[in-house]
Amino acid sequence: MKQDLKLTDAWRRLKEFTNARIGLGSIGNAMPLEEVLALKLAHAKAKDAIYTELDTEDLKKRITEGLNLEVFEFRSKVKDRNQYLVRPDFGKRLGISNSRQIYPPSDILFVITDGLSASAVNNNALEVLNILVPEIRDQFTLSAALVEQGRVAIGDEVAELFNAKFVAVFIGERPGLSSPESMGIYTTFNPRSGFTDEKRNCISNIHQNGLKDFQAALILKFLIIQSFHLKMSGVGLKVDLKSLIS
Amino acid sequence: MSYRYTLGQENYLFKDLKDLLAKASPLRSGDELAGIAAQNNTQRIAAQYALSELPLSTFLNEVLISVEKDEVSRLISDSHDKELFRSVAHFTVGGLRDWLLSNEATGEKINKMKMAFTPEMISAVSKLMRNQDLISVASKIQVISQFRNTLGLKGHLAIRLQPNHPVDDPKGILASTIDGLLYGCGDAVIGINPATDSPEMARKLLWLLEDLRTKYEIPTQSCVLCHVTTAMEIIKETPVDLVFQSIAGSQAANESFGINLNILSEAYEAAKDLERGTVGNQVMYFETGQGSALSANAHHGIDQQTMEVRAYAVARKFDPFLVNSVVGFIGPEYLFDGKQITRAGLEDHFCGKMMGLPMGVDVCYTNHAEADQDDMDNLMTLLGVAGCNFFMGVPGTDDIMLNYQSTSFHDALYLRNVLSKRPAPEFELWLQKMGIIDERGVKIDSQAARKLLNAI
Repeated sequence: MKQDLKLTDAWRRLKEFTNARIGLGSIGNAMPLEEVLALKLAHAKAKDAIYTELDTEDLKKRITEGLNLEVFEFRSKVKDRNQYLVRPDFGKRLGISNSRQIYPPSDILFVITDGLSASAVNNNALEVLNILVPEIRDQFTLSAALVEQGRVAIGDEVAELFNAKFVAVFIGERPGLSSPESMGIYTTFNPRSGFTDEKRNCISNIHQNGLKDFQAALILKFLIIQSFHLKMSGVGLKVDLKSLIS
Repeated sequence: MSYRYTLGQENYLFKDLKDLLAKASPLRSGDELAGIAAQNNTQRIAAQYALSELPLSTFLNEVLISVEKDEVSRLISDSHDKELFRSVAHFTVGGLRDWLLSNEATGEKINKMKMAFTPEMISAVSKLMRNQDLISVASKIQVISQFRNTLGLKGHLAIRLQPNHPVDDPKGILASTIDGLLYGCGDAVIGINPATDSPEMARKLLWLLEDLRTKYEIPTQSCVLCHVTTAMEIIKETPVDLVFQSIAGSQAANESFGINLNILSEAYEAAKDLERGTVGNQVMYFETGQGSALSANAHHGIDQQTMEVRAYAVARKFDPFLVNSVVGFIGPEYLFDGKQITRAGLEDHFCGKMMGLPMGVDVCYTNHAEADQDDMDNLMTLLGVAGCNFFMGVPGTDDIMLNYQSTSFHDALYLRNVLSKRPAPEFELWLQKMGIIDERGVKIDSQAARKLLNAI
């Protein structure tokens, strides 16, 4: 019997163009064992990323000291991670009532929340804000909020407390195998509780091997300017990428 | 109207038809999230007994969402063939289950009756069927669709090549596409989910696929899965084969996707007018999935599986080339684990085929669901036996843009091999001509690679 039964793919060099699992080769109809184990390992890491936590101390410090913005902390109605997974409705609503506290009216509110991968926002949110904030702070009043155990829609409820005209929610996306730390940004003009997805624009896949921090900042700035100009957000607002990223 | 059932000493009351359907549904986390699931196992079976005795006409007399409030209900009501219904009007839901499983009910007969059934009737009967029954009946029904090739023929299994890239890099997308073609995938469609939904990106990616397809004369179709309104913006000056849209089972849920029936009609007409198909001109590609209506808070208190079948009524109006239930994508709050995903995948495929749709299934899971590759192996094999029209082909199962795991190019080889299925006939000839597979359908390492590499 032959020692090495693996059939390599003659087009393996295509791997240089993508991180997708191409040119894997095969054994019969199956993936080679080293690829099967690599896949299982990535799955294990992604599952573990779901249970990371928002680093509120570090984020708070970097926003207040680095960006000189006021930061407010919130928590959704969710009590723990396991409940988070099966009760998205709780993740969209704030827990204890914060209505008594006075929040500074703001044109734009940045909401940073864990979503499904806290490590994604721990590592990417400030990188985008560091580029964006200096460019827009003269035109707009800005505030920031940290929300534990949050979903995208919780941004609308938080924004109402600030009477914000625009909200950008920085959230950890579902961890992928190649990207356990992928961040998305969802933006809404004139946010109101109960808004659904068609009112939002989305920038996704912000991570080391995906959309870069400066590209995300560029698109976010474009969405802010367009939304304030057209007084809208969502499916009606198309991103003209050609003029943005080249 | 309320429904009652007595089991031994116990009386069960279901407050209306919605409640009865929800309580009769096999357990899934989405119905629990909505607060409409059966409170215990016995109540669920009581509901199934009650449902089994219900005459099919009940579903015509008691609508779940009023036609005044919901255009999907209006569509269901208007498209129901009352004349055809007479021949099945004597059935109870249980009686329909028995007939479907009988040898008398051939696939042709079932297919001819499709306009006699409303989505609610089909959903109801599926709740009384075991997984085996769902496979058994679906495997009888052949639904063929055509554009540049022919899908859905018995003995054939097609694959959507899904070469997504996190920043839509053209070379990255081409590299995955070539890899997939060399594994014999891409006959259902070469379909890219763009990372950013913009007319510029859709235009760029469609030309990329068009150039590849025409250069190598590949008998398949391409699609960039952007929003339908984005496709409409570029349709005049861009090679649009199939128009894609996610759809759901209520007007409000569709509005949350930024669409309505009028928008879909306009897109359907515009794409059809291009006449880009060769063997057929079915131009629509729809995706659905249990839980989408609930996630938009637009489920009207109806169980998620019934809402899913209502979405098929929307699909059916536009004579689609592909309909795909993205069954495990939505996450554990709707389908908690491998068992629930498996059940839902089999239900969706069965119900879609009953409605007359060219059903494919994205056999998939996310990393926050309690599922893994073993569950996918099971479901794809079951659906292959059930005669599912197509599956996804993603490099190594790992979609690096959408962050979930689907079926791989290798899985396509596996399924075609163990189930003795072949690619779409026109595409199979091309694969052989290129030297990618031999006459037995076995992958061969060949010159084809070198030829296709020139594309990049």
